[in-house]
Amino acid sequence: MIFNRRTFLGTSAVAAASLAAPMVRAQGKPRVIVIGGGAGGATAARYIAKDSKGAVDVTLIEPTRTYYTCFFSNLYLGGIKEIDDLGHSYGGLAAGGVNVVHDWAVGVDRDAKTVTLAGGGSLPYDKLILSPGIDFVDGAVDGWDLSAQNAMPHAYKGGSQTELLKAQLKAMPEGGTFAMVAPPNPYRCPPGPYERVSMIAHYLKANNPTAKIIVADPKPKFSKMALFQEGWNNHYAGMVDWIGEDFGGGEVSVDPAAMTVTIDGEETKVDVCNVIPAMKAGRIAEIAGVTDGNWAPVNAIDMSSKADPDIHVLGDASQQGDMPKSGFSANSQAKVCANAVRGALTGSKVFPAKFSNTCWSLIDANDGVKVGATYEATAEKIAKVDGFISQTGETSDVRKATYEESEGWYAGITADMFGASV
Amino acid sequence: MRAFRFLMPLAVAGVMSLPCQAEIGDAEAGEKVFQQCKGCHQVGAGAKHRSGPHLNGLFGRQAASLDDFKYSKSFQRAGAGGLEWHAETLDVFLENPRAMTSGTRMSFRGVKDPQDRAHLILYLRQFSDNPADIPEADPTAQAVDHDLDPAILALKGDPEYGAYLSGECTTCHQAAGSDEGIPSITLWPEDQFVVAMHAYKTKKRNHPVMQMIARRLGDEEIAALAAYFKDLEN
Ligand SMILES: Cc1cc2nc3c(=O)[nH]c(=O)nc-3n(C[C@H](O)[C@H](O)[C@H](O)COP(=O)(O)OP(=O)(O)OC[C@H]3O[C@@H](n4cnc5c(N)ncnc54)[C@H](O)[C@@H]3O)c2cc1C
Repeated sequence: MIFNRRTFLGTSAVAAASLAAPMVRAQGKPRVIVIGGGAGGATAARYIAKDSKGAVDVTLIEPTRTYYTCFFSNLYLGGIKEIDDLGHSYGGLAAGGVNVVHDWAVGVDRDAKTVTLAGGGSLPYDKLILSPGIDFVDGAVDGWDLSAQNAMPHAYKGGSQTELLKAQLKAMPEGGTFAMVAPPNPYRCPPGPYERVSMIAHYLKANNPTAKIIVADPKPKFSKMALFQEGWNNHYAGMVDWIGEDFGGGEVSVDPAAMTVTIDGEETKVDVCNVIPAMKAGRIAEIAGVTDGNWAPVNAIDMSSKADPDIHVLGDASQQGDMPKSGFSANSQAKVCANAVRGALTGSKVFPAKFSNTCWSLIDANDGVKVGATYEATAEKIAKVDGFISQTGETSDVRKATYEESEGWYAGITADMFGASV
Repeated sequence: MRAFRFLMPLAVAGVMSLPCQAEIGDAEAGEKVFQQCKGCHQVGAGAKHRSGPHLNGLFGRQAASLDDFKYSKSFQRAGAGGLEWHAETLDVFLENPRAMTSGTRMSFRGVKDPQDRAHLILYLRQFSDNPADIPEADPTAQAVDHDLDPAILALKGDPEYGAYLSGECTTCHQAAGSDEGIPSITLWPEDQFVVAMHAYKTKKRNHPVMQMIARRLGDEEIAALAAYFKDLEN
């Protein structure tokens, strides 16, 4: 694929002119604001700051002081990782020259090119990068809304929700029932709900072996299905009841006060209920006016918004084509975007877009599987080039090596997002 | 880039498919070739581990699978990744041990002459259970392509391009160089990097993620990455 450098000429010319002209702005540097310090945003902020060596002023807006990864949060539910293993501070980014502002972005004025903060005040930008992750679609699961998230947690954003679900799991009575309402496509981390089922089964097998797991799923099939089903049969025989679309898994309502789940007309009393509703781009993308439907369409070549060339949208919030919504994907997209944004603002060389993703999932302790693909930018979308998936019936050695590899990946991606661990 | 010994004279490249042909070598000649291995490896009745594992029953065995030998991490990964010893895999390994497993403790440059390797492989085959039943070309063995064009090794990589491309590596391989679960690629000698990536491309190295990543990297891109990682400072 040939990258069309002209796409950026307009803006680089402007940036170059303003660099040469007397300084109008603070320090006269081009300004990038990144909203959201997760897999996409932290990576983009870090790479722009690192690679521009101070030539670009990078501000990251993120409300939390510790980012708890969703990735590996299922392993925490399974008792394989501790919550502290999942927390990362922003100290490494600040040390790397990123100006970290702990606040919510509540407004974007695209004409004035400013971002408004919940704490008051607004910040100007030349380029704005949005990586706000997901929010839930209102009314997606009958009987559930955000006010029910304590009774029936989603645990699909990192941190306190994950801890709440774990506490409920621990408090489950002997022989109790855990229910999951799985989300419709597209959603973040396609294998995530099923890795969660595996890890919860792993926990229950050791701590509450007569407990049951019911999954109501609006989909007829899911990511790595053959691998998960093989694993559930091998490790957790008789424990997991997956009800797919064909059996009414999409006909679900819940009653958080009564702790009941009704699937295809049949009501069941449950002890823990994990509702993972349909998802959409984090609210701020909609506020910025870059969404179309639930997601923010982008140009594959540089992740720029189709609605505004000075806004880029990364990760889960973007609608880009074939890549799954994963931390790996967000990190990969962030580097393509960082390269393009830096090029536009400083005139540095812009290389062709290249994306990749691998998602590891853990089925039981030391029983890891993976699926991955490479992608390229076409005029319409990010398009899949090539891929692979773990096979059923692999030896335990292969599975253990895959798990160990996923641990290496976790250390790798978090270092890549946040810089040297602090 | 300095001359690289992985390469063989082009004239003998045609003999490369040797292990697939009927007569691949001569065990007696192989015993002579084995002299250079003896310092570290024993084979035959009563063979024990020395600094390298004994080599009895090697054929059809998963790499790094003897319980009582402490293998390098690199070999453990290769074994877990499905590397098995057959005529073809041994041929690739013996030619340049580090092309297959960068971190092997086997500090041996390799047997460069394909005919010598064929002799050696035949010699070693005698110490497996049913030598006569061991096919000279297993259907399961990996395709072998030793031909790494000298022009590929001579390419000068652009480190700036490498820096950009490295983003695809550092999602998993830490720039600071950690070797837990995923091997370090920081400060890797340029030639070894190039050989290894081409070995993934041609499936001599056995890792689905790396094969996929390598498959779409052009020669220039591999050279660029090698040029970047070789002196990456943290
Ligand atoms: C259970 C589970 C398991 C997963 N496992 C994996 C895995 O194994 N591998 C993998 O690659 N991915 C995995 N994922 C997916 C991964 O977590 C997401 O795809 C990834 O985090 C997306 O990155 P992002 O930057 O789009 O969003 P996020 O990482 O969610 O970051 C968004 C950030 O934006 C901030 N934010 C939101 N709105 C605002 C605002 N208005 N102002 C300021 N800040 C704001 C949030 O606080 C948050 O920190 C998993 C997800 C789940 C739920």
